[in-house]
Amino acid sequence: MSLSVENLRVSYDKIKALHGISFRVDEGESVCIIGANGAGKSTTLRAISRLVPVEAGTKMTYMGSDLLKYPADKVVSKLGISHVPEGRRIFGNLTVMENLMLSTFARKNGKKIKVDLERVFSIFPRLEERKAQKAGTLSGGEQQMLAIGRAFMSGRRMMLLDEPSMGLAPLLMMSVFEALKELNQEGTTILLVEQNARMALQFAQRGYVLENGNLVLEGESEELLDNPAVKKAYLG
Amino acid sequence: MVFFFQNLVNALQWGSFYALIALGYSMVYGILMLFNFAHGDIFMVGAYIGFGVATGLVALASMGALALPTWLILVLTIIITMFLTSLVGMMVERVAYRPLREAPRASAAITGLMVGIILETGNLALLGARRVRFPTLIESTTYDIGGVFVTNKKIMIVVVSLLLMLALDQFVRRTKWGMAMRAMAFDYAIVPLMGVPINTIAALTFAVGSGLAAAAGILFGVAYPVLDPYMGIVFGWKAFVAAILGGRGSILGATLAGFLLGFIEIFVAMIFPSTLRDLIAYSIILLILTFRPHGFFGEPYSARLRL
Repeated sequence: MSLSVENLRVSYDKIKALHGISFRVDEGESVCIIGANGAGKSTTLRAISRLVPVEAGTKMTYMGSDLLKYPADKVVSKLGISHVPEGRRIFGNLTVMENLMLSTFARKNGKKIKVDLERVFSIFPRLEERKAQKAGTLSGGEQQMLAIGRAFMSGRRMMLLDEPSMGLAPLLMMSVFEALKELNQEGTTILLVEQNARMALQFAQRGYVLENGNLVLEGESEELLDNPAVKKAYLG
Repeated sequence: MVFFFQNLVNALQWGSFYALIALGYSMVYGILMLFNFAHGDIFMVGAYIGFGVATGLVALASMGALALPTWLILVLTIIITMFLTSLVGMMVERVAYRPLREAPRASAAITGLMVGIILETGNLALLGARRVRFPTLIESTTYDIGGVFVTNKKIMIVVVSLLLMLALDQFVRRTKWGMAMRAMAFDYAIVPLMGVPINTIAALTFAVGSGLAAAAGILFGVAYPVLDPYMGIVFGWKAFVAAILGGRGSILGATLAGFLLGFIEIFVAMIFPSTLRDLIAYSIILLILTFRPHGFFGEPYSARLRL
């Protein structure tokens, strides 16, 4: 088991965002968490990345290491969990190339970095065309590619993706998910949270349904796609 | 015309002091969203550390323990002092600001004021109320260039300042640390997701800013050798004005605004009685800010960028 989350509790001020959820992601798997706006999907990823504090009783391990012992930057650089945040959050004042290289900040091996860079450019040729351009001038789709490429460059073993479909035209969305599928087949474990439940379940092997800070359903993606409750609430 | 050029030389010298100090202000503001009101006092600490280092090196040289020409003593003084003052800056960040990173910005701002007072009074407690004299490291030579008198000190001050600014520009533009600083200025909260330890970058930002302020302190000591513990206050405020005038976190902006401040002050004093200098000079700055509230190169920023 690569990522194991047990009894994850998070509160913002006095408002409980996650009421003690538990789930796991095996190595090499692709898993999605679907749910409505405000269900706690982003909070789940932000907790794994150690961007938000968790409450006592929470247990999270990755490859046997206690996640709670690592600060946010070490989760990326030491454990290899990279995070594509909601809204892409690329650095608009840096060039495309600088955005990609920034996430190699803590990496040592120059050869591997070069190989990774070539891989990113082969998946997203648009990024290579625009590598000298300021990232703020990219279109929404290109920014999403950059956000994924940037997470890839950190030397990831696992990638957390927060709503990669958001704001993308259908065709672009398909190509982004195709790229993610490729990365997953090459061995990158993927945990995806999405409002676009159909897209997410078609992509992932397994899924969880998050409602108001609780996981209410889990199963193989095909099962969930056929589940009447899921159909009614999320597939419309 | 000769009169104009004479004042231009003086303005460049004062502008160098302002610009070097303003850079540290501007970087900390841009990258950490923090007004480090202790920065003027870091300039003072730099001048005093420079005084100590230079005095020590001169003493060693005169005892014959070190056979160093005075220009080399100056270079060594600048390097050692910049390094030591960087450590002071990092300590201020670690002790005073880091625990307050999630605190309201007003708390961080008054912390800066308190650290400033502690540095000033700490200096008084340590060295007493007497003023100290910066040792003479360069014999003053005056060149007459078409009626304009330029001293070798002034040339040295302006040249060293420009070199440091150029070095800073290259550092921020070309190194991975500089890249991380620029990223932090754009979107602080997301930088850890790049595997970048933000505490390291925060400390480094303070180190670089303090090093530049220390250089300004030494250069000031070379030009005006009498030091006192409160010398940083006025310089700090003026450099702060320059940093804001330059625009949030803009290196070019802070540099230009620093020099502009020097020019306005000197040229106002050229026309009006010197008692009116700051009154008129800062009224002009106020007018500029009224029309350019974000400064020369500042961009309006969203609430998301706030710490």
